[in-house]
Amino acid sequence: MTYPIHLKVNGAPVSLSVEPNRLLVDLLRQTLGLTGTHVGCDTSQCGACLVQLDGQTVKSCTLLAVQADGCDLTTIEGLATGDDLHPMQAAFHEHHGLQCGFCTPGMIMAGIDIAKRHEAPDEATIRHELEGNLCRCTGYQNIVKAIDAGVRSLNQAKA
Amino acid sequence: MYSFTYQKPDSVTAARSAFEAADDASYLAGGMTMIPTMKQRLAMPSDLLDLSAIPDLKQITMADDHLVLGAMCSHHQVAMAPQVWGSIPALAALAGAIGDQAVRYRGTMGGSVANNDPAADYPGAVLALDATIITDRREIAADDFFTGMFETALDAGELITAIRFKKPRRAAYMKFHHPASRYAIAGVFVAEFRTGVRLAVTGAGPVVHRLDDFEQALQKSFSPEALEPLRVDEAALNHDHHASAAYRAHLVKLMAQRAVKAAGIAS
Repeated sequence: MTYPIHLKVNGAPVSLSVEPNRLLVDLLRQTLGLTGTHVGCDTSQCGACLVQLDGQTVKSCTLLAVQADGCDLTTIEGLATGDDLHPMQAAFHEHHGLQCGFCTPGMIMAGIDIAKRHEAPDEATIRHELEGNLCRCTGYQNIVKAIDAGVRSLNQAKA
Repeated sequence: MYSFTYQKPDSVTAARSAFEAADDASYLAGGMTMIPTMKQRLAMPSDLLDLSAIPDLKQITMADDHLVLGAMCSHHQVAMAPQVWGSIPALAALAGAIGDQAVRYRGTMGGSVANNDPAADYPGAVLALDATIITDRREIAADDFFTGMFETALDAGELITAIRFKKPRRAAYMKFHHPASRYAIAGVFVAEFRTGVRLAVTGAGPVVHRLDDFEQALQKSFSPEALEPLRVDEAALNHDHHASAAYRAHLVKLMAQRAVKAAGIAS
């Protein structure tokens, strides 16, 4: 048995039928070919699979694809505008906020979510907010710097 | 994950009918425990009844002496709600410290309480705040609800619709969390009411429980010092690779003292 779902992925309408036990991350990676969203732990701990669902940053490895029916979904592929990086992506680039890059899509999604909820977070707040994102290169120093810069740039643009 | 039939009922009545019509249904609240459990094939419901389309279950209502939270309120919603901060700030703070932000967007109060994980945060609040669990068929007092590890007084198919919390004079929750999972290795929720003090321990034992001697001592003097001469019996506490029973016993007392101190400052 499959279920018809209709959602928006990075602004484009998508309609397809999914098995009930298909995870959202598998739909993104395997069916839609959006492999920027990563599966690190598959146990809800690492945050590499973060995507935005109706504006909230959620773990796509712990959501069923059918649960995304009717939702507006943004993945890492949907952030840049053409060749122009999203301000959080630009901040990661500028501050070298990555080593191997595996955790980066989730870190960037987490950074964007932090910017929505905090006007000007201090370093301790950023570190606390990253409790659900693991970097196994232990590259947190530059990730925190990048998010700090990205949040400033996003919130200045808002003001 | 085994396959199942997915349903999204739009009312509590429809959810209950769907449950009764199915072979072996499960409700899906936020899915932060249910989906990982199904991924590991530790659960294989014939039907999964997604409760997210029932708006009644997401309401927050306030009265003079109590606060009612709909079962499908997410931890994020509770942590951000001015009504919760205005009436029971310790509850809002507890919700804001569950898991991580991505978990708090999805995880729900009702799901956490129905699951009754021994290390979950909400059961501590429900028990200490002398809350009433409202289901599709009756009301259950917190003291009668948490019956054992992952076990509750809920009958098969019985659905939590809301929880009614009594407003305390002052309250606080302190937990020593596991650094990766953020679950409580030991957590203590203390609440002082006009009628007395209630203190609940989560994370440390097989099920959330109250500590009578701690409550009596705090009733005489609501201060961290009042707990100093007491000790926690480690015999009934959990021991695993995260913490020994003796360490948990130590943490329970420490968290209790910190919670009392925090409640004192908050008042």
